[in-house]
Amino acid sequence: MSAPAAARTPVRRLAGVLHRHPGLRLAALLSAPMTWLALAYLGSLAVLLLSAFWTTNEFTSSIEYRWTTANFLAVLTDPQYRTVALRTLGIAVSVTLIDAVIALPMAFHIARVAGPSSRRLLLVAVLTPLWAGYLVKAYAWWVMLSHGGILDWITAPFGGHSPGFGVPAVVMVLAYLWLPYMVLPLCTAFGQLPDSLLDASADLGAGPWRTFRSVVLPLARPALIAGSVFTFSLSLGDYLTVQIVGGTTSMLGNVIASNVTLNLPLAAAVSCVPVLLIVGYLLAVRRTGALDNL
Amino acid sequence: MYLSRSARVLLRLATALGLTAIYTPLLLVLVNSFNASRSFAWPPSGFSTRWWSAAWQETGLRAALATSLKAGLGATAVALVLGSMAAFAATRYRFFGRQSVSFLLILPIALPGIVTGIALNAAFRTVLTPLGVGFGLFTVVVGHATFCIVVVFNNVSARLRRIAPSAEEASADLGAHTFQTFWYVTLPAVRSALLAGALLAFALSFDEIVVTTFTAGPGTQTLPLWIFDNLSRPNQGPVVDVVAAVLIVLAILPVYLAQRLSGEPLR
Repeated sequence: MSAPAAARTPVRRLAGVLHRHPGLRLAALLSAPMTWLALAYLGSLAVLLLSAFWTTNEFTSSIEYRWTTANFLAVLTDPQYRTVALRTLGIAVSVTLIDAVIALPMAFHIARVAGPSSRRLLLVAVLTPLWAGYLVKAYAWWVMLSHGGILDWITAPFGGHSPGFGVPAVVMVLAYLWLPYMVLPLCTAFGQLPDSLLDASADLGAGPWRTFRSVVLPLARPALIAGSVFTFSLSLGDYLTVQIVGGTTSMLGNVIASNVTLNLPLAAAVSCVPVLLIVGYLLAVRRTGALDNL
Repeated sequence: MYLSRSARVLLRLATALGLTAIYTPLLLVLVNSFNASRSFAWPPSGFSTRWWSAAWQETGLRAALATSLKAGLGATAVALVLGSMAAFAATRYRFFGRQSVSFLLILPIALPGIVTGIALNAAFRTVLTPLGVGFGLFTVVVGHATFCIVVVFNNVSARLRRIAPSAEEASADLGAHTFQTFWYVTLPAVRSALLAGALLAFALSFDEIVVTTFTAGPGTQTLPLWIFDNLSRPNQGPVVDVVAAVLIVLAILPVYLAQRLSGEPLR
């Protein structure tokens, strides 16, 4: 292809313009995703937030566009909402802690103790359930927990019975659902630990426990935080697991879901609670660089 | 790292216990799908394949599966394009607000699904309904794509950070224009990352239920919506069990594919 002839094709001319103007390239690359996310998504969130200031007609449940802060006041002052919010926060924190305690030894074993071939196999074993589906797993637990189910059968010889449906069941199932999200970043972090640091720690006389506490854990902190972003925010917003195994328990998600059709402004005001908690958490951990590990 | 024998045994035990806890519920679903009785009482009373044939004849199930596949493919396509564009911008350029871009991308997946769901629902009702676009497959695809973008972005930008721009510069020096360089040099280098991202995006969409609940119209039912709908029906339990069993077995497929694609397990 001769250069003068090629220069005439519009494709090549466009390519030349793009090549000379990096700003234009950047704008072209950013325009579509930012239109989608900043305009469509943030726009939708703004619409939702705005609707929290409107009010609902008590008789027709239609939205009246009258400015009021009553919904926020109700969320802040009504003890019923405070109880639900605290319960949700408690569940999310317990799920995160339980997952961290279970995932730390598992990830350490997979990344540092197991041989290369079994390491790969173990990783696959941890990952596969992620693909089995949220509802499928919640449903599997519903079957296990229900009356006459396998938990009753296992604990019967010891005089026990299944914990039934309630807050403990919710914590258990949520911890089960999000466990792989905690194991994965920890595995990566443990795998990247330099051997020399561990050897140095041992040379200086530290036992395995001391090495773990003073060397391994501080270095794995960003990964631990990255995992907790998932376990914490996914638990905070959940409402289906609670519906399936929670019995009469309700979390913030349920309050939102039950108000959507009848009282959208109130639902919008309630949803500000988990959003503020999660955005606050994300902003707080952004400085640690944990978000790059997601 | 030197570990005492007892420490190793303890670690192995912890891992074994963790994996047992992970797989027991899943295996139970598999076993239960062959349970002859309608209830899930343990141990099963007998062996039967009648729930499998019952599930096979369920027409609503097939329609839901088709809807899920369509929604997943649509959302994956949108996420692939937008996610890689954002990844190129964020890794190859320095600009004001670059940090906010990745934050904005994470937001749809970090915020509770129900908030994303009702926000999109409210927005669709105010913007799309007056235009004559009702709730249906299209709105589901839009909703799913919004939170699928980030997984493509993560995969592609991780790859772009690892490949040096020197190959692209060499291509330009040899006379290739911007698009040729992209097609012959950059794209082959990121292809497996794109595939891995697409796989993850599809899986996310295929499994999603909360955002779907609020963005699907009354006539649109994806597979998770079908499962949830049938969970509450007393007689449909065993059929749901069969569907769950199939999904559990199928879960091996994407993990295997990801292994083949990148040589490393998919995250």
